[in-house]
Amino acid sequence: MSSPARFSLPPRLTRRGRENLNGYLLSGPSLLAVVVVVVLPFLAVVVFAFAEIRLIDIPRLSLSNIDWTLDNFARAMQSGAFWGALWTTVSYATFTTIGSIGAGLAVALAMRRPFRGRGIARAALLVPYVLPVIAAATIWRTMLNTQYGVVNVFGVEVLGWERPIGFLSTTTMDIAGAPIPVALSTVIAFEIWKTAPLAFLFITARLQSIPGDIEEAAKIDGANSRQILGRIIMPQLRAVVLLVILLRFIWSFQSFADIYLLTRGGGGTEMMAIKVYTELITRADIGSAAAYGVLMSAILTVLLIAYVALSRRKEES
Amino acid sequence: MSSLRSAPGDRILRWSIIVVALVLSVGPVLYGILLSVRPFSAVLSRPLDLFPAFGELDFSAWTSALLPTSEGGFGLGQFVINSALLAVGSVALSLVVSIFGAYAAARLRYKGREVTNGIILAVYLFPGIVLAVPLFVMLSRIGLTGNLIGLLIVYAALTVPVALYMMRNYFLALPESVEEAAVIDGCSLPRMLVSVVLPIALPGVAATAIYVFMIAWNEYLFALLFLVQAPSLWTAPLGIAKLADFNVPVTVLLAGSFLVTIPVVVAFYLSQRFLVAGLTAGAEK
Repeated sequence: MSSPARFSLPPRLTRRGRENLNGYLLSGPSLLAVVVVVVLPFLAVVVFAFAEIRLIDIPRLSLSNIDWTLDNFARAMQSGAFWGALWTTVSYATFTTIGSIGAGLAVALAMRRPFRGRGIARAALLVPYVLPVIAAATIWRTMLNTQYGVVNVFGVEVLGWERPIGFLSTTTMDIAGAPIPVALSTVIAFEIWKTAPLAFLFITARLQSIPGDIEEAAKIDGANSRQILGRIIMPQLRAVVLLVILLRFIWSFQSFADIYLLTRGGGGTEMMAIKVYTELITRADIGSAAAYGVLMSAILTVLLIAYVALSRRKEES
Repeated sequence: MSSLRSAPGDRILRWSIIVVALVLSVGPVLYGILLSVRPFSAVLSRPLDLFPAFGELDFSAWTSALLPTSEGGFGLGQFVINSALLAVGSVALSLVVSIFGAYAAARLRYKGREVTNGIILAVYLFPGIVLAVPLFVMLSRIGLTGNLIGLLIVYAALTVPVALYMMRNYFLALPESVEEAAVIDGCSLPRMLVSVVLPIALPGVAATAIYVFMIAWNEYLFALLFLVQAPSLWTAPLGIAKLADFNVPVTVLLAGSFLVTIPVVVAFYLSQRFLVAGLTAGAEK
């Protein structure tokens, strides 16, 4: 933009200076919102994590009367509950990510070629994603209810199960000799169901922007559909698939409502996020809740850095 | 054409994936809708009769979900109003703040732009539950728990990053030449934003508004933390979850869930094209 306007403006601000000023003025409110509701609270949570504070202390709380301590971290690290929650969270996030992106990718590829009604089919596939989580959880709780839920009634009356399965409350059950974490698997299935449409959306958007003539050329050169998929389509999808994997892992790692609404944290589904909540509300221990939160953020940050480093290295090789 | 057709095995696989995916996506929702129009006693006695007999159709679950408790209902109407107030307020506040930031991020090359964008993206990915602890303490300290205003501020601020990110994508897709022409004609920046940029970007802004609305309308964690002591202020998700703890008939819970779903679904499908473009913009490179 070579601007003739430059000479007509007051000489005090250069174009560069004006652009800086406008930039600060325009992004100021957003930055302020983020600082007040995210950055300051994050600093506060770090302070709380090193302090002996309980809910009843809130009215008298000030920086000068904090009892500094490392107890919150020590207690968390020494308790089996912390490591259990961490393990549950990591497996939940991992399996959800694999399932959600796998399903989204498979369906996106299956729907790649146009067919009659594809638009309606796409819209229908988005239903679980658009559904409010409270509605989704209510439907699943109903389906899996031990008394009248369609899954259990069908299982008992038609498949001949001995008794209904408490899908949302059973920690483990032996199936063919192997201990299966029932409630954890159920919340993973729920999260895959709820989030696969988003992966589908992202991958479909990318698929649509691949120019058709590359594929056409490959066909003329005699490539079969497997080769086209493996050599032309998949390489183009690599970046978007990595992106949705990253986003899904981060989001599932911190998932609270989806799990809490289904199980209330029971049946071996007490993830890190639920642990933070119960430490804060049930045990009224702000310090401990904050320590769990800080550890959770630290682990997430380490995983993120590892991920970025790994994907960088792969790109270079 | 035969060279363009895929092998029969591939076609069977493709179609089975599509059919299974459709059944799994829509099936549970249809199941819920069908149950919500049957009497609870019929659901209990014949749980496998999914399709209600015509004479059996019963919409009382829907009405009693909505009616206030004083009229023998479950008071969901009030919860829906609370949710609507919160969601509309959050959209207004969040968009007013983020629209300027989005423009700056898309167009202005000011010092510190990368840092600002980085902070905002990092916030978008940051665990909400970790912030819940200090926000709960801070809002209790200044007496804003048990109050819709406190929640409104939190929702608006927490949706600023995603709104900014989406609108930045829409702004980037607009032709810059119109704005240049306006500047050359002597249009000031605020005036250009309002009378040149906004009208062209309107579909994108509307899609962002709907996305923020959906986030605020569906939010559960902060509502639970801040409002649990004040039943008259419960939002719809919190209210339904609480009713589920009180052994309310499942038909009522389902009816309530769908009442909450309808506005979101309508808004989403009306704006789907723009919404999807904004959400997936980063993926198309």
